[in-house]
Amino acid sequence: MKKIRHSIRPSEITDRAVYMNRRRFIAGMTAAGLTGTASAFSFFGLFGDDEPTAVELYPRRPLKASRRAFSVDESPTDEADAIGYTNFYEFGTEKGDAQRYGERFKPEPWRLTIDGECERPGDYTLEDILKPHPLEERIYRLRCVETWSMVIPWVGFPLADLLKRFAPTSRAKYVAFETLYDPEQMPGQRRAVVEWPYREGLRMDEAMHPLTLIAVGMYGETLPVQNGAPLRLVVPWKYGFKSIKSIVRIHFSEKLPVTTWNQLQPDEYGFYANVNPAVDHPRWSQARERPVGGWRRRDTLPFNGYAEEVAHLYHGMDLAKYF
Amino acid sequence: MKPLVFAAGMMPLSLLFWRAFNDTLGANPVESLIHETGLWALRLLLLTLAMTPLRRITGWPGWIRLRRMLGLYCFFYAVLHLTVYLWLDQELRLSAIIEDVIKRPYITVGAATFLMLTPLAATSFNRAIRWLGGKRWKQLHRLVYLCGLGAVIHYLWLVKADLAPPLMYLMILLGLLAFRIPPSLLRRLRGYSTGKLETKHERYQT
Repeated sequence: MKKIRHSIRPSEITDRAVYMNRRRFIAGMTAAGLTGTASAFSFFGLFGDDEPTAVELYPRRPLKASRRAFSVDESPTDEADAIGYTNFYEFGTEKGDAQRYGERFKPEPWRLTIDGECERPGDYTLEDILKPHPLEERIYRLRCVETWSMVIPWVGFPLADLLKRFAPTSRAKYVAFETLYDPEQMPGQRRAVVEWPYREGLRMDEAMHPLTLIAVGMYGETLPVQNGAPLRLVVPWKYGFKSIKSIVRIHFSEKLPVTTWNQLQPDEYGFYANVNPAVDHPRWSQARERPVGGWRRRDTLPFNGYAEEVAHLYHGMDLAKYF
Repeated sequence: MKPLVFAAGMMPLSLLFWRAFNDTLGANPVESLIHETGLWALRLLLLTLAMTPLRRITGWPGWIRLRRMLGLYCFFYAVLHLTVYLWLDQELRLSAIIEDVIKRPYITVGAATFLMLTPLAATSFNRAIRWLGGKRWKQLHRLVYLCGLGAVIHYLWLVKADLAPPLMYLMILLGLLAFRIPPSLLRRLRGYSTGKLETKHERYQT
């Protein structure tokens, strides 16, 4: 019988310990490899980072304002920051999400429904709404409840002029607003982070105040998707969440309207939400704010610096109770 | 292996510096810095907690050798996080800071977590291990589980409405903590449910 010679040397035989644990070794190496790759991806921001990627958003058109009114003497925030740093949960809860996920949103054609305690309710197109109103430029301060702030040159017209057209009756004590609800166009609405549609409201005297603005543009052009195209509210003496975006419905109400943030967390977000450095948010101080685009903070002003124009509306009210 | 991990640990900081320099930290740079340093402290803490489970799964002892470096990196980013908050966000205004720590629960928890992390970082070194003795060192360093919980709760309590990101970290933390259930306890729990292990009562029945 011929002796079969094997060509394997003893030194080549796998060490028994390694052989017995080979599966664990492979699992470990795979885990390490996957972890390493994933870490590398996130390190290099390949999972997405703070800077929104370029996406085709509905284009803006130039807007001509016939005059400037009620404007502050501060230089506006950088337009890129005003557009890129927004809270618009309808598109997602990160600041750049409206820019990232807004490509399906079409601000035209638009329909605005007016109903409730008024003599001329109805459905109106954007042209019907805008036609009679000459546009003004208003450079307003904007103060978010999160303690950042901006100065924005809005283009619009007073809400009072719009509301008068529909002849609210004496039963109309409040004005309520609703944002569009359409998860196809606004993908953030697929999650009930807040209850959709977004709702806000004002007391009648607040709504009729000359400062209260319907904005259809900013920085000399129509509103970007990220800032509430095609039309939004701007109430400069209140925290930014009151300035509801992409409005589809205006409702004259006898009763205090439900508002989204107040509904979500009533001890943190009130109906009035007047900017007030003396009344803290339960989880952070409101005494100071950070102008966006910078590193420093500055003192927050009562009513966001509009005390002279609006403080009388709240004469006698306990502002700590009605926050 | 160690030099690789050391270099990797420096990457988030280098990236933040680079972005600060190029003005790509976004419209609210202080907020970005606080958020990013906090997230990396949390991630590194979770990575540190993953070392023992990884050793058990893979059998490779090298994971434990990395644990100290990861833990110290966690502390490093926590210190950065605290520094940005105290200096850039609160502008070193002592009364505002004290008010924050007392009045805002999420900051109270954050401060407590940092205070618990400090002795862990301080006793990371071989001399400290010898001075404490292995048993006492191990007992002290069990504080890291509380630190993990504190960090996640700090995150959970500061978000406005979107609970998804902090809840995801909570899930990861709970998964990692589940590994720490001692095998004897695990066997006991499993034994009861399969009926293989009799209770004391059953054993003495005739």
